[in-house]
Amino acid sequence: MAKISVQQLNFFYGSKQVLADISLEIEDRKIMALIGPSGCGKSTFLRCLNRMNDTIAGARVEGKILLDGENILAPTLDVTRLRARVGMVFQRPNPFPQSVFDNVAFGPRILNTHKPKELPALVEASLRQVGLWNEVRDQLKQDALHLSLGQQQRLCIARALAVQPEALLMDEPCSALDPQATLEIEELMRTLREKYCIVIVTHNMQQAARVSDRTGFFWLGKMVEEDATAALFTRPRHTLTENYITGRAG
Amino acid sequence: MNRYAQQRLGFIALGAVTLVVVIPILLVIGNIIAQGLGAISWEFLFGMPRAGMRAGGILPAIVGTILLTLGVALFAIPFGVGGAIYLSEYARDTTFTRAIRLAIINLAGIPSIVYGLFGLGLFVLFFGLGVSILAGSLTLAIMTLPVIISASEEALRAVPTEFRTVNASLGGTRWQGIRKIILPQALPGIITGVILGLLRAAGETAPILFTVAAFYLPRLPQSVFDQTMALPYHLYVISTQVPGMPLQIQYGTALVLMTLTLSLNLTATLLRRHFRKRRQW
Repeated sequence: MAKISVQQLNFFYGSKQVLADISLEIEDRKIMALIGPSGCGKSTFLRCLNRMNDTIAGARVEGKILLDGENILAPTLDVTRLRARVGMVFQRPNPFPQSVFDNVAFGPRILNTHKPKELPALVEASLRQVGLWNEVRDQLKQDALHLSLGQQQRLCIARALAVQPEALLMDEPCSALDPQATLEIEELMRTLREKYCIVIVTHNMQQAARVSDRTGFFWLGKMVEEDATAALFTRPRHTLTENYITGRAG
Repeated sequence: MNRYAQQRLGFIALGAVTLVVVIPILLVIGNIIAQGLGAISWEFLFGMPRAGMRAGGILPAIVGTILLTLGVALFAIPFGVGGAIYLSEYARDTTFTRAIRLAIINLAGIPSIVYGLFGLGLFVLFFGLGVSILAGSLTLAIMTLPVIISASEEALRAVPTEFRTVNASLGGTRWQGIRKIILPQALPGIITGVILGLLRAAGETAPILFTVAAFYLPRLPQSVFDQTMALPYHLYVISTQVPGMPLQIQYGTALVLMTLTLSLNLTATLLRRHFRKRRQW
């Protein structure tokens, strides 16, 4: 069974329909990339998966999203528990203006999942997971904003992982980073894939081709095509997809 | 005239204007220090007034002003900061909340004597608190609230939205985000607003006129239901109501009041600098 199963999802901002009839199966321990031009709805779609659109006034959603078979769009669902299960990494590195340690420990502390004396081990494990431990082990008490942008983004991933989520949503996680830092994040994604279900939204088609197992192409609020990444990039079934990935449109 | 000469002329003009603004402030401060410093003595600061306030000290007025300011802090900070958190973090943009904001802005523009009469009517008479420190503090607190709410709300809104988003994405409740991230980040601005509000309260005469201030009461207040002397009102009294008042005592009282408010101001500046060093966004 798929980890996340999206069924006939529609999304509206007021009277404007942003997503139309999206159905998508996302497997555990795989990377799903979502590509498409700006404003095609891929980020909105991503934010449906952890209900981050909830706070937007006038937003309305129809359809079903099943996480391990449970409909996360149910109005009775505790969204804070959902978000602890589905972590998110944002476009711009956005560590809190606190120490490196406090950043990683933030989630476990607010969710009260660990005793204070267990936190150092958890922080270390999370930082090791993102390959940051050796770089920051002597700076745990320093302000996280002293780190380089690439390190900050990996710190943000560690912060999300410390909550011990099952899935990780990444919203253009490399768009603010230089090529070297981008490669490090992509490398990291490949190792994280062994434990998590990952959905990444990206503007960068090479990135989608490099890291993902499957790719979905969004166009004007619809998912035009979804396929194994290699197939989608070499034998797109749809002209829109072909035009987009060859650079003739979008 | 070429553009470099224009620029130089502009700088000189702007500098001169700034100087004109600063000079009166320095003159006021300098004048008060020069004329009032001679009055400052142990007895003046820690003694009771004697001989119809023409001799002795001003301790009851100093203590009264400090107590009133503390009272204002006690009432105005929780309500002011609490209201600001509600407006900035929870309230949706509806006609109702817009009306509240409009009311707060207008409250800041009400003349202080009107607050004084309001305090007399509500706290002194209706609630039966009498002319007391409690009634005076409450009146001053209500006058101070708009300053504290506006400054705190602004400080809270200045904290980047993404911190709220990240908190939510990690499974935090809105309140957890406020307590752990938003409030600490907004604290410098809130403290500044609070202290500016307290400063205004400490220096006001009109609101305490009918609610707490005693004309001549040469003893320290025994409870919050006591009247008390207070520096601004005392200064008004000895400047206009007491014939044959030595000028030095008037200036000495002004110097004490000014030192009190300026030191509060300095505290605000130092606290703000201390917190701001840690902020990077």
